[in-house]
Amino acid sequence: MASRLTAEQRRRQRLRERAIVGALFAAAASSVLITIGIVATLLYESIGFFRHVPLGSFLTDTVWTPLFDNPRYGVLPLLCGTMLSTFVALAVAAPLGLTAALYLSEFAAPRTREVIKPVLEMLSGVPTVVYGFFALLFVTPLLQRLMPGLPGFNILSAGIVIGIMIIPYIASLSEDAMRAVPQALRDGSLAMGATKFETAVRVVLPAAISGIAAAFVLAISRAVGETMVVAIAAGQQPNLTLDPRDPAATITAFIVQVALGDLPHDSVGYQSIFAVGLVLFLMTLGFNVFGFWLRRRFREAY
Amino acid sequence: MPRATPTSKIELIALADRAEASRARNAWRRRIERSFRVLGLVATLIGLVALAALIIDLAIEGWPRLTWEFLTNFPSRRAARAGILSAWVGSLLVILVTGSIGIPLGVAAGIYLEAYAPKNRLTDIIEINVSNLAGVPSIIYGLLALGLFVYGFGTGRSIFTAGLTLALLILPIIIVATRESIRAVPTSLREAALGLGATDWQVTRDHVLPAATPGILTGIIIGISRALGETAPLITIGALTFIAFLPEAPVQSTFPFVNFRWLGDSFTVLPIQAFNWVSRPGNDFAANAAAASIVLLAITLGLNAIAIWLRARLRRRLKW
Repeated sequence: MASRLTAEQRRRQRLRERAIVGALFAAAASSVLITIGIVATLLYESIGFFRHVPLGSFLTDTVWTPLFDNPRYGVLPLLCGTMLSTFVALAVAAPLGLTAALYLSEFAAPRTREVIKPVLEMLSGVPTVVYGFFALLFVTPLLQRLMPGLPGFNILSAGIVIGIMIIPYIASLSEDAMRAVPQALRDGSLAMGATKFETAVRVVLPAAISGIAAAFVLAISRAVGETMVVAIAAGQQPNLTLDPRDPAATITAFIVQVALGDLPHDSVGYQSIFAVGLVLFLMTLGFNVFGFWLRRRFREAY
Repeated sequence: MPRATPTSKIELIALADRAEASRARNAWRRRIERSFRVLGLVATLIGLVALAALIIDLAIEGWPRLTWEFLTNFPSRRAARAGILSAWVGSLLVILVTGSIGIPLGVAAGIYLEAYAPKNRLTDIIEINVSNLAGVPSIIYGLLALGLFVYGFGTGRSIFTAGLTLALLILPIIIVATRESIRAVPTSLREAALGLGATDWQVTRDHVLPAATPGILTGIIIGISRALGETAPLITIGALTFIAFLPEAPVQSTFPFVNFRWLGDSFTVLPIQAFNWVSRPGNDFAANAAAASIVLLAITLGLNAIAIWLRARLRRRLKW
């Protein structure tokens, strides 16, 4: 019994459809507002900061003591701490994550994979403050037994724990990329007499390299922005060092340190967290854009 | 390739050598193959061992402190009397705000991008923007909240500011999950409904959304779990670490039975309470930190487990 709508009803229906599309669009567009808000806030406070601190000394001075009476604003120690902890994290997560991905994708039985993968992904669901606790009160004492003289706060232990934290990013995303490699490539290689391992390393790995690289870039970006683990376990002293056994501060740890204190709103110290925040934002943005480009550029079409 | 029959003794020996070498090489290749099976399993298990070590370590240090009083006491200067009452109430209220802003906004944006968005420049910009937001470190959201909400809009260091900040943080997670679940709904379903004369919104509301609900729910749960565990952005906006009172109750016995004054109250949350205790010297507070971490971990990993279960069930049920 097809009942026809009156002209009035149809008009109202069209109006409602339009209103709904408008509302949905507004929701989607609001995500752009967030980005604009982030960039505007960081830029606004950073401009205030760079009125007091010349950009040249910000980038080249080797001492970061904005909270001292005689403040110096060289971002290098913070950058150095950030890169060092990221490097340690990657040294842990890259071999473990990649091997795990190869194993899960090429060797493990489907049942095994279906159990292990979600549990492995849980590693990224653990709150970072809990990881900080783990780094300070479990990993550091353990390392101190292996390396007597290791200070209670150090980059090494924080970096290792961040590494554990980002294993799932590398393992899970790389595994997805490897499994997307068509079976025919594997079959061809195996038929030529290659072993499963040779097939995995020489055929599957190269074919999935863009996805794997993107996974690494994402993991690096996570490690660079990780905050609580370093704030808790690495000490909060800016320290221009390349030795992971030393205590040091990262960009993120410094922001936490200032936020915990009670700095007046218009001080240079307050503005300095936005300036280093801008540096952090640009770094992660760079990594994300690079990862995006990698996936586009090297996507193999099968 | 037809091979000439070996005639001389030297040729025979050379042939035997070659066979021997290739046998040795094959044995070596098989050994590599076998060792990698073991190595791969070990590498995979190391992550799980770390997770187990973390949980066991927390249990050993924190279990004795995990009493009923621990859940119902305010923080205190004396470790043995301190509890997490204000922390979990704060977490609950902040998540209430986060959910009521983040879920509708994220789902709506996801629906728009997947079901409505025309293919044009603007849509491209929104899409790239969402995937970029997913990669922005959480502490940057904290800086946004500090500069823009706390000082710009004057919302203060309140529950509302915290909830809003975390809502923005989990927005990309919910948007992406919504889009993926909607994309998994077959076009035939949509076309059948459209063919019967349903409008776009009727199709979306009555057919696409119900089919996509479990997937969207998974994304929401993951997002909420993430928000519950976040510490850094809330420290940045200046959440207090020592709160010995509760926010004003959201429900009251007199008309109109609900009030929203709690939105403006200052607060603490579970991860911040744990952070505060972990950064104090001495073993007593470390035990408190461990106990608070157990509570936090139980909630977040529990939510993650629900999400995994939902996803697995979904995969089994979905046979379009």
